[in-house]
Amino acid sequence: MNRPLDWKPLVLVPLLALLVLPFIGSPSTWLTLTVAGLAMGMIIFIIASGLTLVFGLMDVLNFGHGVFIALGAFVATGVLGAMGNWTGSAELWRNLAAVLPAMLVAMAVAGAVGLAFERFIVRPVYGQHLKQILITMGGMIIGEELIKVIWGPAQIPLPLPQGMRGSWLLGDAAVEKYRVVAVLVGLMVFALLAWTLSRTKVGLLIRAGVQDREMVEALGYRIRRLFVGVFVAGSALAGLGGVMWGLYQQSVVPQMGAQVNVLIFIVIIIGGLGSTGGALIGALLVGLMANYTGFLVPKVALFSNIALMVVILLWRPQGVYPVANR
Amino acid sequence: MSMVLMTATGLSVGASSPLVGREARAAASAGALLELKGVHTHIGAYHILHGVDLTVPKGQLTMLLGRNGAGKTTTLRTIMGLWQASQGQIAFDGRDITRMHTPQIAHLNIAYVPENMGIFADLTVKENMLLAARKAGNAAQMDQARLQWIFRLFPAVEKFWNHPAGKLSGGQKQMVAVARAMAEPRDLLIIDEPSKGLAPAIIHNMIEAFDQLKQSGVTLLLVEQNIHFAQRLGDTVAVMDNGRVVHAGSMAALAEDEALQRKLLGLSL
Repeated sequence: MNRPLDWKPLVLVPLLALLVLPFIGSPSTWLTLTVAGLAMGMIIFIIASGLTLVFGLMDVLNFGHGVFIALGAFVATGVLGAMGNWTGSAELWRNLAAVLPAMLVAMAVAGAVGLAFERFIVRPVYGQHLKQILITMGGMIIGEELIKVIWGPAQIPLPLPQGMRGSWLLGDAAVEKYRVVAVLVGLMVFALLAWTLSRTKVGLLIRAGVQDREMVEALGYRIRRLFVGVFVAGSALAGLGGVMWGLYQQSVVPQMGAQVNVLIFIVIIIGGLGSTGGALIGALLVGLMANYTGFLVPKVALFSNIALMVVILLWRPQGVYPVANR
Repeated sequence: MSMVLMTATGLSVGASSPLVGREARAAASAGALLELKGVHTHIGAYHILHGVDLTVPKGQLTMLLGRNGAGKTTTLRTIMGLWQASQGQIAFDGRDITRMHTPQIAHLNIAYVPENMGIFADLTVKENMLLAARKAGNAAQMDQARLQWIFRLFPAVEKFWNHPAGKLSGGQKQMVAVARAMAEPRDLLIIDEPSKGLAPAIIHNMIEAFDQLKQSGVTLLLVEQNIHFAQRLGDTVAVMDNGRVVHAGSMAALAEDEALQRKLLGLSL
């Protein structure tokens, strides 16, 4: 008998979607907004999944996570720009053949920079939260400035490949193709993460380390080494999220990481520190809430996610699926 | 009398103890698996260990006794590198481990069960056991014969194999914690209060388990508050007070000397 599934948080996503249906009125608009919200949520999940493990494993507050998002997006502009013939093709397979290497290169670059970030910025301040906040924010500012030096300060367009543009019509509802792609990529990342965490020894160590890193060390495993691996993987995932986010926005700016940072932290707090399942639910809630309120009451769009976090924390003070006891 | 016993049991104590001489210590060290010399530990501003001298003889079960706050748990954590010794030396099988990191120390074939048991509550009993089996990638790769032996000693481990460890009772968790320390052959088992919160029947199983481990040549160092448990199992004993070992000798000798028990522990066995 495995741990019984805590189903209540799972209900939150459909519950939120159904609750707003009467306010939106039109089912087709509701469907469009819901798909957009799920796509946005999946991209945020990709970005946040690594950060929540970093926080859970080593109690590290990395406010510089956003720099990997921007880095991934800017790297993608270069790769996709060089593959203009492929992105300009109307054939979806040629588009995917261009986007896939862009994602892989972005992940590799973000992962490599993440390795250096951990070594020179995070490692000296293990266990010191205030210093972590200050130095990682400083790291992000430096990272942004370096991006400006390399790519310039101006906004750079990141157009969707030809085959991913446009929408599919489901009745009266228009569902953008790219949003479906984003949901599928997000689901693949979640499946891969879930498999790694539940079916491999490394995943077992990560789950154990999030709960009690000292005991993991006493069993003979080097938690620091594990943490570096998770940090690099988390940075790479942020790079992937940056590519997805850049394509979602169809443009990139050096500050894009900082702009998303707030949402990411809301997501990992809602989800419960160290929980990837919780991060998925948190990200979907945040994505849906942003789209619904953006349509219904645009002036409270930003506030709505903070209000959502407050409500969740009143219900479950440690997030929907708390893992790390801090 | 004390000197003779200590030579026979191979246990030595620090220079602060009037009970030990240099010759006895040298003889004892010959069979030592673990040896602490003048170990001091600071935790933040607090000076907890004030020069602990302790020798754990190879193949024996050593009980570390003492009042609450005497420094027993700190001693175990310092041995494991979870807290760094600020002064002194810790040697395991003749090798200096004072500055080693915890995983390196564990890789010397030392298993540790902390006072809070260190159970991963969100993992199943199987996953907890698998973590201790460092060479196994999955449960099927664990030493099945050893696993069956553990199941016989602690039936609850098999019964709740696929249950989340956090859902078990305190006694069942304690069994899992000790069973986890036995998941692979180790040279030294360090266990902080193994009998804590256990029912008498389970304590009997645990005594049997430790007896069998001892017979197989495993060395054990246990912190214990249950004096009867300590008396039943211990070959040698070290008593701590105020961050020092104030007495060391054979458990049998301590059990026979009521005046010494009252002096050291405030009670008789």
